[in-house]
Amino acid sequence: MAEAGGITTESVAGDRARAARTMLDQVVLPGEELLLPEQEDAEGPGGAGERPLRLNAGTRSRGRVVCGPGLRRSGDRLLVTKCGRLRHKEPGGGSSGGGVYWVDSQQKRYVPVKGDHVIGIVTAKSGDIFKVDVGGSEPASLSYLAFEGATKRNRPNVQVGDLIYGQFVVANKDMEPEMVCIDSCGRASGMGVIGQDGLLFKVTLGLIRKLLAPDCEILQEVGKLYPLEIVFGMNGRIWVKAKTIQQTLILANILEACEHMTADQRKQIFSRLAE
Amino acid sequence: MQADAKIRTESATESGPRGPSCSLRHFACEQNLLSRPDGSASFLQGDTSVLAGVYGPAEVKVSKEIFNKATLEVILRPKIGLPGVAEKSRERLIRNTCEAVVLGTLHPRTSITVVLQVVSDAGSLLACCLNAACMALVDAGVPMRALFCGVTCALNADGTLVLDPTAKQEKEARAVLTLALDSVERKLLMSTTKGLYSDAELQQCLAAAQAASQHVFRFYRESLQRRYSKS
Repeated sequence: MAEAGGITTESVAGDRARAARTMLDQVVLPGEELLLPEQEDAEGPGGAGERPLRLNAGTRSRGRVVCGPGLRRSGDRLLVTKCGRLRHKEPGGGSSGGGVYWVDSQQKRYVPVKGDHVIGIVTAKSGDIFKVDVGGSEPASLSYLAFEGATKRNRPNVQVGDLIYGQFVVANKDMEPEMVCIDSCGRASGMGVIGQDGLLFKVTLGLIRKLLAPDCEILQEVGKLYPLEIVFGMNGRIWVKAKTIQQTLILANILEACEHMTADQRKQIFSRLAE
Repeated sequence: MQADAKIRTESATESGPRGPSCSLRHFACEQNLLSRPDGSASFLQGDTSVLAGVYGPAEVKVSKEIFNKATLEVILRPKIGLPGVAEKSRERLIRNTCEAVVLGTLHPRTSITVVLQVVSDAGSLLACCLNAACMALVDAGVPMRALFCGVTCALNADGTLVLDPTAKQEKEARAVLTLALDSVERKLLMSTTKGLYSDAELQQCLAAAQAASQHVFRFYRESLQRRYSKS
């Protein structure tokens, strides 16, 4: 089977499209094109020339490949639009899809995505809607009825400047983002106004994803240090509260720094603080 | 406790006596060095150094918003004095290059601002600004359809071609051409020229710039790989 793109040749005409499979976990740059597994059979070693039109469907069934953040479809290939590491996740269970491909990039600016849980700051109250700053290009709107147990008579106690933990129900490039503080069953499940005190600080989006990954060691170690309350927003904001102000500040500094530390340096610092 | 978040990469191109063939000055690039902008980069070519910061996609004033794509703004500040007409014209050239490459339709009614500060100018300033802007846009995570780079060519009175000229070489040259090329097919995105040259010489400069851009793109790749290898 001819594999398109095992060898990296630098030609003046530009890099040929390479198979997505061979680029997994490698750094990809904007402008590179990736071939999906079904297309490798058709590409010969001559590169992108004329492909014979196949009249039979071929032996492999075409699974549905999901194109995640950092990738776009261009024709029948994937075009990389952000710089980062290419990742792939196989579909679970009996699904016959081709899995998900995405680019893990390091970014500071958040772009609202539907379903993300974020921490917002209330900036205005106008009639029935709160305007909440979530760090994106527009403030999100939050209706006063979108809280657990809120009715027209029983309004939630939200003031300008309060911190809100909610999720997006509408978030696309064409419309103003809308968020709510209840889930689809009408329960709060942790969302709503975040209590008094504590500290809100900003980190990069990649660090939040790392901390929220299942079995994150950093969180377990932090939990053993002091009793604390912590809220992670996918927009890069973390709210943390411990018993004293000094402990809160120490926790905030640790979380900000652990992006750049290796595991050993982190363990050293934790052991020093545990004394 | 704060480890160094700045990533510095240098290229190994020789900076000694230069022949007519592709020989660029020493490059260096540093990313993520400023804490406030969403993306930042500093690009050094020989003694010319430019610092770039990118903010976006962010809020835009209603008067400047475009309904179906992002509003791209470029601000270029000279090392001394107030920005003048020369800066305005360079800003326009850089903006046109960025608009050709940035996928603005993914972020309508937002603004993407590129701020460039000239730290030192020793020739090939516009090319250095273009390189710094590209690295900063990549650092900010703005979606792009390709990378771009700037290359300057100077034509002497006797017809020899010098790539990446110093300020002295630019002054003595008969013509100075700055070309912006994209990374996918080395196509020409923007060209600005000053002086007298024939169309054969233009083609020669274009070919030399395309060859030189390979080095620049390879340097971009190494620099970005080094950045992501730390995580």
